Amino acid sequence: MFGLNRKDATLLAIVAALIVFAPFILNPFPAESGWAQFNAGYPDLMQRFVIFGIFAIGFNILFGLTGYLSFGHAAFLGVGSYAAVWMFKLLSMNVIPAIILAVITAGLFALVIGYVSLRRSGIYFSILTLAFAQMSFALAYSVLTPITGGETGLQLALDDPRILDAAAAGGNIPVPSLFGMEMRDSVDLTFGAWVFTFNFGYYFCGLVMLIAFYLSIRIFRSPFGMMLRAVKSNQQRLNYTGLNPRPYTLAAFVISGMYAGLAGGLMASMDPLAGAERMFWTASGEVVLMTILGGVGTLIGPVLGAGMIKYMENIISKINSDILHTWFAFLPDGLEDVVVGLIYPFIGKGWHLTLGIVFMLVVIFLPGGLVQGGQKIAAVFRRRSANAGGAEAEAAKQNPAE
Amino acid sequence: MTKGNLTRRGVLKTGAVAGAGLTLPTYLRAQDSGFTNAPTGSTVTLGFNVPQSGPYAEEGADELRAYELAVEHLNGEGDGGMMNTFSSKALKGNGILGKKVEYVTGDTQTKSDAARASAKSMIEKDGAVMITGGSSSGVAVAVQALCQEAGVIFMAGLTHSNDTTGKDKKANGFRHFFNSYMSGAALAPVLAANYGKDRKAYHLTADYNWGYTTEEAVKSSTEAMGWETVGTVLTPLTQTDFSSYITPVLQSDADVLVLNHYGGNMVNSLTNAVQFGLRDRMVNGKQFEIVVPLYSRLMAKGAGENVKGIFGSTNWHWSLQDEGSQAFVKSFGTKYGFPPSQAAHTCYVQALLYADAVERAGSFAPCAVVEALEGFEFDGMGNGPTLYRAEDHQCFKDVLVVKGKENPESEFDLLEIVEVTPVDQVKYAPDHPQFAGGALGTCNNGA
Repeated sequence: MFGLNRKDATLLAIVAALIVFAPFILNPFPAESGWAQFNAGYPDLMQRFVIFGIFAIGFNILFGLTGYLSFGHAAFLGVGSYAAVWMFKLLSMNVIPAIILAVITAGLFALVIGYVSLRRSGIYFSILTLAFAQMSFALAYSVLTPITGGETGLQLALDDPRILDAAAAGGNIPVPSLFGMEMRDSVDLTFGAWVFTFNFGYYFCGLVMLIAFYLSIRIFRSPFGMMLRAVKSNQQRLNYTGLNPRPYTLAAFVISGMYAGLAGGLMASMDPLAGAERMFWTASGEVVLMTILGGVGTLIGPVLGAGMIKYMENIISKINSDILHTWFAFLPDGLEDVVVGLIYPFIGKGWHLTLGIVFMLVVIFLPGGLVQGGQKIAAVFRRRSANAGGAEAEAAKQNPAE
Repeated sequence: MTKGNLTRRGVLKTGAVAGAGLTLPTYLRAQDSGFTNAPTGSTVTLGFNVPQSGPYAEEGADELRAYELAVEHLNGEGDGGMMNTFSSKALKGNGILGKKVEYVTGDTQTKSDAARASAKSMIEKDGAVMITGGSSSGVAVAVQALCQEAGVIFMAGLTHSNDTTGKDKKANGFRHFFNSYMSGAALAPVLAANYGKDRKAYHLTADYNWGYTTEEAVKSSTEAMGWETVGTVLTPLTQTDFSSYITPVLQSDADVLVLNHYGGNMVNSLTNAVQFGLRDRMVNGKQFEIVVPLYSRLMAKGAGENVKGIFGSTNWHWSLQDEGSQAFVKSFGTKYGFPPSQAAHTCYVQALLYADAVERAGSFAPCAVVEALEGFEFDGMGNGPTLYRAEDHQCFKDVLVVKGKENPESEFDLLEIVEVTPVDQVKYAPDHPQFAGGALGTCNNGA
């Protein structure tokens, strides 16, 4: 179906199901219970999951296939956001033109940076991309303030032209929409103690991610994808066979930049503000972490990695010492303080510490990322359920992570 | 094609849910009460969005302490602090409108994006009816715009840029802290009195929004006093060594250096300037001087010895002797063991002002709160008689001109108050050129 083999079609179906049922999956705890703290099924975070999923999928096309480690990918995300917000300001609050311009601008930007950076490979390439991204950040933060809004970020204003839209009614800035359907519209579904929120913006992002994911599968399976893998495995041999790898790597770079631009455009569509911090090197580092955490070169890994990091950033960082005290209130006083004191460094502002530990554990014990973890668990079950089918399990083990 | 069936089902499901999503009426945000996150039970949730990591983490921690204290006082625990000295007596110490105050916290990381994500989760997940906090103008402006869109009230924390209540002002946002213009207007007369009226100033300015507005404010105020500005140079925000920016100052004929820097920037630039011997220099037969427009205790602590005798302005200082300040310092000190910073003060006051406005309005609805706060005059909060101006939602109150203390008695006793500039001297018209552009819009209930 859709030109995919059975395995890939299954994967696509799983991703589709995950996207559709995310509001249920991410809200496993009743709204009033103490565990509701760990619920992640609110619109903003779900949107972030899929948007950063798109960003990581795109990054993986470059890093996973060609092995070129770009350390400046956040620049494209930022450029995409700025382009989208400018479309909201000048043209219309409809998200379609904003997203299209975001992708095109990011693509052009990637073409320029890629053309220069790809003259080098390995660490030099990483440093070049990092330098370009930091340059973009510095420009956006100060020199280009008229275009980017500088420190305060680019925002919508009441008196923006918005030539395609009718004048805003009332004194409020209109919100981004798709032909009149506002991105922030949500519907609550109550099942006894459980509350599930269905947000229009989230499903819009989810649909875009599904398309992005499908395209990425096609790229992975195409002859073009094969060429990119060839670049990764041995570029010199490729040169000796008379092929010039640069057009391929540049194409991969631009595609991956366009994915980042798409993510940036969607981000601005969900929340119409573009700040320069989006281009900071830590943001570029974050997408590298997402990809490695999930599994480099695998299809679904980057999405899982993105979800994991965003979950920790938004959920763990919001636990404060008061909440800990209520959790451990059943313990005797002295013991309660000790337990809270032990856990406290890892929550709230310490979420980076927790993330670091998780990252180290994954890299040491699961070099293939979360995907490898999943495969290991699956292998255990397969061995148990069919001890006769040993040959199949062996074959599965030898397959590279997909 | 058994797996193919699965795909088709998946696609159908996607289609069905997407279709359902489009056809269902969109009534969530309206709820029954007519505004976002109307508190229904016996509690009300406030969102405290402060920097817990990043360059202003220390200020964020102090802000959070102040909020916790404010919640305690609102719920009738502790000694009541400034609630006893506050001129409005609407608060009774039984929560807000009889509902017990609960709070959620978040980390802004001093990044607009992270701050908005954190504020959004408070609004969407935790049902916060008011967001407050922050320690940077970029964050304040970003979160203020978000709250305007979502239909909740935003009570700004420490934000000093003119734009927060200037070109980026919003109907649902309020600022108690003072701003760049007020710093300039308060400082200029003191500088003229101490250093004379024919001075040549050289500005080093942090290259971002707050730096620009502060430079503009100080420049225009001092020039009105007769000073001349001989040079303005922008320095990157990430700069840690300012030597290369100080050398040109030595070569110019400037006799005053204005450091429009905040936080770590100011600590480094001031230290560099002192190391270069600027303070022992004589130019045009006058002693060379350094000025820091916005002071905070944490900065003074960082710069140590170097701040002695250097002029600057501040929103509030714990050594103030009025009743309100003393009550606040006492209850803060009892709980935490040290005096509060100006960031803690403004946040505490903002929390109380919000609660009081809700009590007076008799409703949590943002538009009712906005109405109650606009043009509200109060006293007993440490800054003397204060007005929340309706035109731009900026507080007008006395501004403190301070200087680094020569003989500090403790690590908190670093600044001494030189003058309390009366409010009339720092007042400006809402359409003043430094605040031009932008519009409040109308209040948003989020319905």
